[in-house]
Amino acid sequence: MRGLAVFISDIRNCKSKEAEIKRINKELANIRSKFKGDKALDGYSKKKYVCKLLFIFLLGHDIDFGHMEAVNLLSSNKYTEKQIGYLFISVLVNSNSDLISLINNAIKNDLSSRNPTFMNLALHCIANVGSREMAEAFAAEVPRILVAGDTMDSVKQSAALCLLRLNTTSPDLVPMGEWTARVVHLLNDQHLGVVTAATSLITTLAQKSPEDFKTSVSLAVARLSRIVSSASTDLQDYTYYFVAAPWLSVKLLRLLQCYPPPEDGAIRGRLTECLETILNKAQEPPKSKKVQHSNAKNAVLFEAISLIIHHDSEPTLLVRACNQLGQFLQHRETNLRYLALESMCTLASSEFSHEAVKTHIETVINALKSERDVSVRQRAVDLLYAMCDRSNAKQIVAEMLSYLETADYSIREEIVLKVAILAEKYAVDYTWYVDTILNLIRFAGDYVSDEVWYRVIQIVINRDEVQGYAAKTVFEALQAPACHENLVKVGGYILGEFGNLIAGDSRSSPLIQFDLLHSKFHLCSVPTRALLLSAYIKFINLFPEVKGTIQEVLRSDSQLRNADVELQQRAVEYLRLSCIASTDILATVLEEMPPFPERESSILAKLKKKKGPGNLHPDLDENRKERSVNGGTVAASPTPSTDLLGLGSTIATQNSAPPVSKGTSLLVDVFSENIIPDMRCLPLAPFPSRFVCKNNGVLYENQLLQIGLKSEFRQNLGRMYVFFGNKTSTQFMNFAASVFILCIPADPTVDGGAQLQQILNIECVSDFVDAPVLNIQFRYGGTLQNIAVKLPITLNKFFQPTEMTSQDFFQRWKQLGAPQQEVQKIFKAKNSMDTEVTKAKIMGFGAALLDGVDPNPSNFVGAGVIHTKTTQVGCLLRLEPNTQAQMYRLTLRTSRDTVSQRLCDLLSEQF
Amino acid sequence: MIKAILIFNNHGKPRLSKFYEHYSEDTEQQIIRETFHLVSKRDENVCNFLEGGMLIGGSENKLIYRHYATLYFVFCVDSSESELGILDLIQVFVETLDKCFENVCELDLIFHVDKVHNILAEMVMGGMVLETNMNEIITQVDAQNKMEKSETFIFQSPRQDR
Repeated sequence: MRGLAVFISDIRNCKSKEAEIKRINKELANIRSKFKGDKALDGYSKKKYVCKLLFIFLLGHDIDFGHMEAVNLLSSNKYTEKQIGYLFISVLVNSNSDLISLINNAIKNDLSSRNPTFMNLALHCIANVGSREMAEAFAAEVPRILVAGDTMDSVKQSAALCLLRLNTTSPDLVPMGEWTARVVHLLNDQHLGVVTAATSLITTLAQKSPEDFKTSVSLAVARLSRIVSSASTDLQDYTYYFVAAPWLSVKLLRLLQCYPPPEDGAIRGRLTECLETILNKAQEPPKSKKVQHSNAKNAVLFEAISLIIHHDSEPTLLVRACNQLGQFLQHRETNLRYLALESMCTLASSEFSHEAVKTHIETVINALKSERDVSVRQRAVDLLYAMCDRSNAKQIVAEMLSYLETADYSIREEIVLKVAILAEKYAVDYTWYVDTILNLIRFAGDYVSDEVWYRVIQIVINRDEVQGYAAKTVFEALQAPACHENLVKVGGYILGEFGNLIAGDSRSSPLIQFDLLHSKFHLCSVPTRALLLSAYIKFINLFPEVKGTIQEVLRSDSQLRNADVELQQRAVEYLRLSCIASTDILATVLEEMPPFPERESSILAKLKKKKGPGNLHPDLDENRKERSVNGGTVAASPTPSTDLLGLGSTIATQNSAPPVSKGTSLLVDVFSENIIPDMRCLPLAPFPSRFVCKNNGVLYENQLLQIGLKSEFRQNLGRMYVFFGNKTSTQFMNFAASVFILCIPADPTVDGGAQLQQILNIECVSDFVDAPVLNIQFRYGGTLQNIAVKLPITLNKFFQPTEMTSQDFFQRWKQLGAPQQEVQKIFKAKNSMDTEVTKAKIMGFGAALLDGVDPNPSNFVGAGVIHTKTTQVGCLLRLEPNTQAQMYRLTLRTSRDTVSQRLCDLLSEQF
Repeated sequence: MIKAILIFNNHGKPRLSKFYEHYSEDTEQQIIRETFHLVSKRDENVCNFLEGGMLIGGSENKLIYRHYATLYFVFCVDSSESELGILDLIQVFVETLDKCFENVCELDLIFHVDKVHNILAEMVMGGMVLETNMNEIITQVDAQNKMEKSETFIFQSPRQDR
């Protein structure tokens, strides 16, 4: 195509971005006029122009026309034109285009054409676009093509993957049926390409409903066994660099990882034999020097090892797997070292092989020191973390600490968290723990998040035996000429509480302690200075002899007239307190902090958030061994009046909050199970129940504050705008709003009559019952106001309506007939039974209202899909009003019992 | 599942992008840039796997790549794929391109974007591996070429065009 070549050359010769854009715009105008022109274009020209558009799109320019032409190409009976039409659509048309119905029409024709090439093009298009409309149109047709006896192999392959795609995008639309049994038998197909595609499909389906596909295990084992024992020439084209069907083997081994070890002894024996053969082959000399040969061989080997680890039942295989991985740890191929470290991480959580993994500690430490590639070093850190236990904790922590000094910036924070967790979990004596954390601050102070230093303080406060040592150590550490601000914070807090324990030594007399702290004061940020001021007032209580000196400092203009309100207020209040209060009162007010309540470590929660639960092996082994060896303690004494250091309240709101800059919105993972609701002690205002069916309105109002909401939801994501209106004429100070324990930094002041806006991003991780709580704290006049309201985020917000016909509805209704899937409630009407209002409520609830489905016209039926991050749950509902009795009967059927229950509870409150 | 397949050159110019999950056009361009940034700063001879960029799912996804002369071939995959398997798949892809274009080079990809897409479609469909057997792939591609030629011959007379 000369025109295309000329155009591309032109673009490549452009000297500047502007010239390129100019040339592109010229071409776009040209194509547009050609498409609009009345002269019918021949296929060749159409193809040429579509290729040009594709090229322009690849360069990053929007293409907003040509779609119609592409759709027209689909109905051409020439292969070339059809193909280019499909290509354009799969690259450029997104799933919610309004052209979908036209495209669907063309696809339907091609699917029924019985021309395998055309059928393949159509199936590809469905799989690549994968929209809901397409799923609705073809979810019944594709399985039929897949299992039909006369379908060509290449079409079967495409149909299997197409079905897989539809099943992942719209699982509720792909009904299980008689085809499922026949799909399983595709594992016996002659054509290895078909078997590969079918294995992918079955693996995905088996993850969702393992029972239905149980029979695939024996077939998969048989197939695998035939491949593994075949001579490398048997499979001809599917032998890749002397390895028999490596991709299929990998897929089969993945499929088997959906199930526990086979119960049938014969099958189990056969599988063990296969796995042994694969392990044996690893020891044989390579059949080729090519890297592709060893790659393919090892791909199978690693998958076999994954299966062995997954089964976790054959000690001999586990030991062999561990030894094999041990060999790879020292292999000269970086890829293999990387994968070996990764696999060993999962192996370390197996009871049988934890000890065996530990024997490789020196190699792993060496990898940490000598690997050139940061990806590999990161895996080494993960593995060290996973293999750590009480016996080797000191060594591992020491190695990680020393690595920290040279570690990549991108992984420092994670290493800091890991070190902090290991140090706490395996601390036998707490002096080691305190030393470790102080070293963390010393080596990587910038990466030590607040959680880490909160935690060391919590532990010191809760353990009498370490307090004196901690005071002595921080005192010494503070003597360094330059120390990190986090160290000043820890030092200030600990000396303020326990400075008296070392005051006997003349080298750390009260005055010296005070001078040391105060020498850092002017270098610190406002929050740290505030903390130091609190430490000073605690000093006045601990050491009456320095009272004069400290009062002098508090009285200075730089304190009493500080521009920062918080600092000024503290200085004024503390000075006054020290002047008028008697020793007894001072001693009571400034008493030592009470122990913190014991909870899950906030650091662990943070690491979970950072890495996702999947990568957290010590967590697994926590379930296996005794729970949290040292008794995790955490955070939050939410009684600000006794906590003069101001830490209690900071922890309560900022605990576990990642450092964020003001005004940014964050993805608040509010439903993740790792987060512990922290402020439940406050009186909770429930949200008005109308919010279940509405997204906007006034959430809360008292005489001071009005909270308004605007929210929008799409699939499993939502965004909520929260408006805080100050109804008074006075400014609110220290304004803070937080969801659970995650603080959203708000502007700290809200002027009288003004409004403040915050944005929350919401993700539904799994189905849930409890709504997240919004905590608001601010100072109005002199008093601190605390308000807690539940946010109206309910499960039904993640509904997507689904339209369906009467027939479909009742077919699905029957499929969801298991007793636990249905929840029914009969209740009295609270409001008048108005049909239109009821309709509006059901639609507001999020379901599609289906007309003419129920034979009784006064009944309401609805359908929709609840989207969560991991799954989608199809939901059907039916509401039968009885106007005479003023009663309703509500029935919910979904594929998940908790969802049925929750939705029924929510909706029944509405009428 | 394969989330995206990207080919770009040593300067980050995209030569092929195929996404199997829907992103807006802007995001797609950003993902290409981010991926280039992540991959291009790595030394030769380090490992071929790394965690995905933030835009495409962070540590839940892996980038598996190979660097051939002027081009990077990057597959972004989730945890359900075998790393070494995908690495081999890239090799099959490149060997197939090599056979179809006879000593493939960057210019072939630039001037025949449609062909590259068609070859890829024979291997990967909707994010899943469709066919790994190179002979089978080439047979399919040849059959398409034949059909194309016969149609061009019948329906199209050669002429000047722009």
